[in-house]
Amino acid sequence: MAKKLMKGNEALGEAAIQAGCRYFFGYPITPQNEIPSYLSRKLPEVGGVYLQAESEVAAINMVYGAAGAGARVLTSSSSPGISLKTEGISYIAGAQLPCVIVNIVRGGPGLGGIQPAQSDYFQATKGGGHGDYRLVVLTPSTVQELVDLTMEAFEIADQYRTPVMILGDGIMGQMMEPVEFNPPKKRELPEKTWATTGCEGREPNVTNSLHMAAEDLENHNLNLLAKYKEIAQNETKYESYETGDADIVLVAYGTTARICKTAIAELRKEGLKVGLIRPITVWPYPDKAFEEVMDTAKEFVCIEMSTGQMVEDVRLAVNGRKPVHFYGRTGGVIPSPQEVADKIREIAGGVK
Amino acid sequence: MDWVRVWEKPKSLTDKMLHYCPGCTHGIIHKIVAEVMDELEIREKTIGVAPVGCAVLAYNYFNCDMQQAAHGRAPAVATGIKRVHPDKVVFTYQGDGDLASIGAAEIVHAAARGEKITTIFVNNSIYGMTGGQMSPTSLVGQVTTTSPFGRDENHAGSPIKISEMLATIQGAAFVERVSVHNVPHIMKAKKAIKKAFKLQLEGKGFGIVEVLSTCPTNWGITPVEGLKWLEENMIPYFPLGNLRDPEKEAK
Ligand SMILES: Cc1ncc(C[n+]2csc(CCOP(=O)(O)OP(=O)(O)O)c2C)c(N)n1
Ligand code: SF4
Repeated sequence: MAKKLMKGNEALGEAAIQAGCRYFFGYPITPQNEIPSYLSRKLPEVGGVYLQAESEVAAINMVYGAAGAGARVLTSSSSPGISLKTEGISYIAGAQLPCVIVNIVRGGPGLGGIQPAQSDYFQATKGGGHGDYRLVVLTPSTVQELVDLTMEAFEIADQYRTPVMILGDGIMGQMMEPVEFNPPKKRELPEKTWATTGCEGREPNVTNSLHMAAEDLENHNLNLLAKYKEIAQNETKYESYETGDADIVLVAYGTTARICKTAIAELRKEGLKVGLIRPITVWPYPDKAFEEVMDTAKEFVCIEMSTGQMVEDVRLAVNGRKPVHFYGRTGGVIPSPQEVADKIREIAGGVK
Repeated sequence: MDWVRVWEKPKSLTDKMLHYCPGCTHGIIHKIVAEVMDELEIREKTIGVAPVGCAVLAYNYFNCDMQQAAHGRAPAVATGIKRVHPDKVVFTYQGDGDLASIGAAEIVHAAARGEKITTIFVNNSIYGMTGGQMSPTSLVGQVTTTSPFGRDENHAGSPIKISEMLATIQGAAFVERVSVHNVPHIMKAKKAIKKAFKLQLEGKGFGIVEVLSTCPTNWGITPVEGLKWLEENMIPYFPLGNLRDPEKEAK
């Protein structure tokens, strides 16, 4: 298929349709508005439904209903909207329903701003909503990857009956790049025998997250845990970029990873051996990528558009074996490759 | 002598024992909803949405596909279901804390969209499940655990008349308030609920039946006194009757 120049948000919408998603429920918020706009035009063409909800709270609960009824369903929002959606996300995780949730992150806290940020990392990876649950969190760093991961997200969601989040940022959403739409490798997906479709010819189905007896809920949580372990084993994704000989290993995801790659090119010209670990899933976190470089790397530097959130996972992965540094810009300020390079030069000065 | 069967439990109810308190009319309302499902022969094409509140376990009692929703969000969940299965019958069953308080926006907008679902709104003027707190439909002067001196209008506002409010919304095709405090009214309530489901089958738009219900436990009175309290205190403020009906409006 020929490549097409597309804006990230629109490409995401198209990817969802091509992945078989026919339902979208959302509420406007910058900088992800092109996703609902695109889908409001395109979903009716394929017999699908776009519906603008009265709030993010309603939107995610419509997603709950549609997912429980057996559909492939998508919602998208940005930071303050995702905060409102966390109620529903917790229920969806509890009821084990598959859906895809997009967060095109903007700076916070509160109303914050509308510029790109990575400050929702804690919210995305450490729960957000209440209870013992995890989200699979995918972090594309090109528009092509945004497309590929969106398609994959629906497969992961259906395979494990779990909500999957695409964690992008304003740049990912607004940037234009050439993309092609290639469906992901077909998985063997279980039939949705649990869906509420009307109980003709079978016993009634119930979607539910209530477990009144403590032992029942504990069992439920342990079953979820077993599922999350299986997901971690099968679905962890990362990219190791020029890490083979690297003394200094940068760690960054999404847009920041691209900035790091530019900085690495500059630093390598100067003879500095710098590489990058780019988590593609930030939950499950790619600890394995760190083991692969632990013997050779001397220092790790986490680069983020936040005051330091993912750096905590980097520290956990490194577990005290090597120094971990952090450099971040926040509030919607995008770090330049030069300032990242400067930070690395400063650290390299101290590397023995 | 041959036995003549004069009553049997509706097929749309399971055999599970209801957990409701003695004298609570939630059980009666469950039964008439189930009878209506039987009579319309829609059990196998119905998807119900259970609320948060005393009816949280409704999915154990209705013998059809059910989804359990977060507090107040049942109309949104039902919207998601109905959009996926427009040919199925979708209903929500919600209390007054659920529908009139935390879920006020969801019900208003489901009505505004003319969402083709049926809502059974069980109004007992109190939060039953959490132990008798004031609800948006608690009456002025009503003593609850969080209005210990009686609901004061100047402090806590006045009780919301949900049916009247929703009846002003264009998309609300059917709105009726009924009560289940005695047999004639139970029969009227059933008629209204049946009509609401029928209108959904005809694709007419959003339908809601507000059912005045008792909570003897949290009202702190006996079941019989409860029925009387409903009649004497709730009905004057929440008058019974139909507020929207497409048949009436067509005339
Ligand atoms: C988000 C959220 N807030 C609060 C609660 C606690 N809660 C459970 S039931 C209930 C009130 C239910 O009252 P109502 O809807 O009137 O139903 P009833 O129990 O009277 O039948 C509340 C506040 C909850 N489960 N979830
Ligand atoms: S607490 Fe009130 S509403 Fe709840 S079951 Fe008991 S009597 Fe019924």
